[in-house]
Amino acid sequence: MSTENLPSSPSRSAAPGRRDLLRWGAGGAAALSLPALLTACGAGSDDPAGGGEASATPVSASEREAALSATSTLTVWDWVSGVEKQTALFEQKYPNITVNLENVGNGAPHYAKVRTAAKAGSGGADVVQMEYQFINSFVVTGSLLDLAPLGGSELSSMYPEWVWQQVSRDARVYGIPGDQGPMGILYRDDLFQSAGVGQLATWNDFTTAASAVRAGGGYITNLPPNNPGELMGLFWQAGAKPFTYDGGKTVGVDLVNDTTSQVISYWQDLIDQDLVSVDPDFTDAWYQGLASGKYASWLTAAWGPTFLQGYAGSTAGSWRATGLPQWSAGQEVNGNWGGSSFAVMKTSKNPIAAFELAKFLNSDPTSVRVASDELFLYPTLQSVLEDPAFLDQPAAFYGGQTVNRTFADLSKTVDTDFDWLPYIDYAYTNFNDTLGKVISEKGELADGLQQWQEALVSYGEKQGFTIR
Amino acid sequence: MRRKQHIAAYVFVLPFVVVFLSMLVVPLAYSGYLSLFQVRLVGGQVFSGLANYAQAATDPAFLQGLVRMAVFLLVQTPIMLGLALFFALALDSSRARGAGVLRLLFFVPYAVPAVVATLMWGYLYGRDFGPIDQVVTAVGLPAPELLAPGRILGSMMNIVTWEFVGYNMIIMYAALRSVPTELYEAAELDGASQWRIAWNIKIPSISSAIMLTVVFSVIGIFQLFNEPSLLKSVAPNAISSSYTPNYYAYNLAFVNQDVNYAAAIAFTLGFVIMVLSYAVQLRTTRRREVTS
Repeated sequence: MSTENLPSSPSRSAAPGRRDLLRWGAGGAAALSLPALLTACGAGSDDPAGGGEASATPVSASEREAALSATSTLTVWDWVSGVEKQTALFEQKYPNITVNLENVGNGAPHYAKVRTAAKAGSGGADVVQMEYQFINSFVVTGSLLDLAPLGGSELSSMYPEWVWQQVSRDARVYGIPGDQGPMGILYRDDLFQSAGVGQLATWNDFTTAASAVRAGGGYITNLPPNNPGELMGLFWQAGAKPFTYDGGKTVGVDLVNDTTSQVISYWQDLIDQDLVSVDPDFTDAWYQGLASGKYASWLTAAWGPTFLQGYAGSTAGSWRATGLPQWSAGQEVNGNWGGSSFAVMKTSKNPIAAFELAKFLNSDPTSVRVASDELFLYPTLQSVLEDPAFLDQPAAFYGGQTVNRTFADLSKTVDTDFDWLPYIDYAYTNFNDTLGKVISEKGELADGLQQWQEALVSYGEKQGFTIR
Repeated sequence: MRRKQHIAAYVFVLPFVVVFLSMLVVPLAYSGYLSLFQVRLVGGQVFSGLANYAQAATDPAFLQGLVRMAVFLLVQTPIMLGLALFFALALDSSRARGAGVLRLLFFVPYAVPAVVATLMWGYLYGRDFGPIDQVVTAVGLPAPELLAPGRILGSMMNIVTWEFVGYNMIIMYAALRSVPTELYEAAELDGASQWRIAWNIKIPSISSAIMLTVVFSVIGIFQLFNEPSLLKSVAPNAISSSYTPNYYAYNLAFVNQDVNYAAAIAFTLGFVIMVLSYAVQLRTTRRREVTS
């Protein structure tokens, strides 16, 4: 990250696309995050190297060589604007491969098309952008190629451990991570100071601060009822493991337990005292609330700092970033919201080249820098996360704070073990009809959580899963 | 000769029949077929007979959507058709000046695509940024919250009324134009007022056109889709995934990946609409028999 990445100018151009993405609840986080797409098509063997079956044999160097030097076309489905700059680098390196970049929709529509293409068995992309929480929902249908035999497993040490956990299961690898969303708080320093808010070491501090900010007329933050991404991140931070999946027929839905109840009753309390608002996020009213100071802070993720600059330009310089408060003093744990990878579809006719493209986009240092500097994706590549040129960039929007470093540190404390349901689309949509609905009505959150739990269990049973 | 004519007739209808069969009958039959199966993420496809229909009949999400649309029908249709009738009569009485321009103005909203109309109203209704909200709060009243869960049905009725008043008005107006003017002249000579003419002559003579608009409204309302799906982006929690039966079917198919149950819901909905439309028509024919 060079100096051009200074905050004053950047995100505006990138933001609108993301914003659309974000509208869809689940996508929220992920949207920003993007990384995954590449594709492949060109040359090679017809053997897709197994998407889970044990039969796959490692690809040899000569096979790889042949796939990369043959004339071929790879199709990539990605919705982030600017990815063409990354794919151009790949084309430069492998001149015989043409990369066809297509945007088939942001968030939900994107996944619907990927699913349809997977079901049809043809007409899909070779490489697709895939947010972490969606991977299991394509693993269950056997749509993703296991990248381990192609050389995917050798990449594990290049990424933070928790990120690698998100894209792999046992020895199988389903995506090459591109961006991440360790959570943190972006706050208005001026509003916090005038309310006398000090350190937010624990959630108790946060409650105290909430009352102080409320006395001045605004809200300390907003709890969105339309987007479970933020709440899932908060569950993650608290150490909850609401979902489990064994990669086969067994899922676990454990939304109601002591840990989640602690989080839920904490927010219930803030809502009951009118200390937080419950406006839907990524809507016009919400953007306005961020810009006008209605919300003095936003519990967000590593993709948030750049995103915010595009919508709250008039408040530049008065924002700061810090980590989430902790449940007990002295602890340092975090959760994640968003982030995505590039996955290779099993239907790809050229899996070797497709894998190489996915790998190149998210592990070639130049490509990753393009993503982090120009597309504003918070990188996952360990070498960039340790590079002072990236970490020590001062951000004028944040009063010169080195927010990249803040979030790189926060990434290190993310709990490594958090799994997703193989029917996450349903889970996220149903949130709006159950827990989300109760939040927006300021009702009994515990009841809403229970309803969500029951809906997910009964849907899972109907789909033939064994619920644990 | 006659035989030739027959052949020509078949040739002429052939393009229609081909499109009708391939684009309507075959897909319909296929979704009917699909609705008899259940596909699971684990275990694949199994024949389930009428199980999907049995589920639909007791699915609270679907039934609530139907009830919501019934409320919509009972409240919104009389208002919309009453306004349309009033405007049609006003234009027909030729007392309004610039009738041509007015007719066009009333009709323009129908020419605006429903998607655009909904986006526009979504903005007008918007909290904090919408003009309605800003005006109301500027004069010191509490914000109307037109997108709140309890009010959004009314807000949606307003959009649909705005969109379709002109359309219904044109149907009624066209029917009014075909009423023989001698009837009015005779009534006027007898000293009947304009109101009386409207009530006793005009409205009865266009009753079949009015019933037509009622049937259209029944069909249109139970198929509401654009409005809820677009308003969801500005009011995500006021509109559930099963807000209207049609929107529910869409979500089942494309979000839940449950094409089979979605097909069953769609068929059940089609059946409900058929029964209601038939009931409306039956009532009118019967009334006509009584009066004649």
